[in-house]
Amino acid sequence: MSLNVSGEIWQPVRLTIELASITTVILLVVGTPIAWWLARSKSRWKEAVATLVAIPLVLPPTVLGFYLLVALGPSGPGGMLAALWGARTLAFTFSGLVIGSVLFSMPFVVQPIRNAFEAIGDRPLEVAATLRASPWRTFWTIAVPLASPGFLTGAILGFAHTVGEFGVVLMIGGNIPGKTRVLSVAIYDYVETSQWTEASVLALGMIVFSFCVILAMTLIEKRFARLAA
Amino acid sequence: MKSSRLAVAALCAAACLLASVNAFAGSTNVAVAANFTDAVKEIAAKFKARTGHDAVLSFGASGQFYTQIKEGAPFQILLSADDERPKKLIDDGLAVPESRFTYAIGKLVLWSKDASLVKGEETLQANAFNKLSIANPTAAPYGAAAVETLKALKLYDAVQPKIVMGNTISQAFQFVDTGNAELGFVALAQLMPNAGGSRWMVPQNLYGEIRQDAVLLKSGANNEAAIAFLAFLKGTEAREVIERFGYVIDPKSGS
Repeated sequence: MSLNVSGEIWQPVRLTIELASITTVILLVVGTPIAWWLARSKSRWKEAVATLVAIPLVLPPTVLGFYLLVALGPSGPGGMLAALWGARTLAFTFSGLVIGSVLFSMPFVVQPIRNAFEAIGDRPLEVAATLRASPWRTFWTIAVPLASPGFLTGAILGFAHTVGEFGVVLMIGGNIPGKTRVLSVAIYDYVETSQWTEASVLALGMIVFSFCVILAMTLIEKRFARLAA
Repeated sequence: MKSSRLAVAALCAAACLLASVNAFAGSTNVAVAANFTDAVKEIAAKFKARTGHDAVLSFGASGQFYTQIKEGAPFQILLSADDERPKKLIDDGLAVPESRFTYAIGKLVLWSKDASLVKGEETLQANAFNKLSIANPTAAPYGAAAVETLKALKLYDAVQPKIVMGNTISQAFQFVDTGNAELGFVALAQLMPNAGGSRWMVPQNLYGEIRQDAVLLKSGANNEAAIAFLAFLKGTEAREVIERFGYVIDPKSGS
């Protein structure tokens, strides 16, 4: 087996890193207020919303993928949005993949951040309030720093899960090189067409990557556990 | 007391019945190229009614099945969408050479849900669409035929940036069916149950014949149900279904 693989295998790698980075940033921005509300609210709808966020954990990607394909298409909201710039559908686009990934990886980011917010408890926030800190200031100077391990875990998990996502991108992506042909789809393609060398190189890379992610997570948790003790 | 004894008796009877059915009827696992999905379901039902055997169907891309069979997938029959992969399986020593035959010749269609969009090759020349859906040409023969057609029309370079690829011909169909791509190259057989929109039957001189071959795998060489299924596939009852779904029967494979 020669290691003479074509340069085209780097395109899906780059694309995947791009997709995962953008998805993670969006999820941190969108997921933080959701996690805060879930952690602090006394609303009776709270657990219903939490369940909704967690649903992609158990839903087969094909279900989400198919609904997304319809929703992104010309008869769904995605198509209406796309019509603004004269396109017909959000499927087969990088933006479409980002939308799918945000929905699909949401629980992996929201859950750890919510847990971290809940772990803070009422006390530090009440103390800050008695010292006349505004809620906004309390959030940024007390809550966020105390919950930082949760943010880190959420970011890593969200990134890693987006990299590992397959079913949804296969169903809404259309396998376009440089646009929607991400790593997992590329590997699948290589396997299907018996290009074992390319498949092995990418697959091995994924294994190493996954190993590093899980190891990093464990180390982070240990470190913070020691700091807290 | 009485009712529980009755239940036991019923259970015994059911078990005996099941055992007797099993004694006569076998079952075979058939890997089927996605384009043949609807036709083979009907054929399998007729096969069951005629012989009592079960044909357990799996659908996918021919390329994917080839890889899986090489790795020992538990199929006894492959109904491929091409003749290359069955030949290769024979060369690999995984299939029974004399069992290979062409069960259908597939037809490629350019199809749109929009009743006025597809008029003929001029629709492709006009290039007034955003996305053209095809099956992945490296794994699915209908995708390869689509690329061949575009190249024969000298339109491949112009249209290429607009191509989206489904993993199988079913997915290529789905992209058009959900309206995400305005048009796409699909198999005529897929348009049979719910015809609509507009279509162009691609002339046969633009692409090589899609000869869909069936082959008995070595693992099924002694499987009675598998052998019976291939025989049934050659028979008039199955052929009637195959032709109704828009395939052409190979004139050379007279039985």
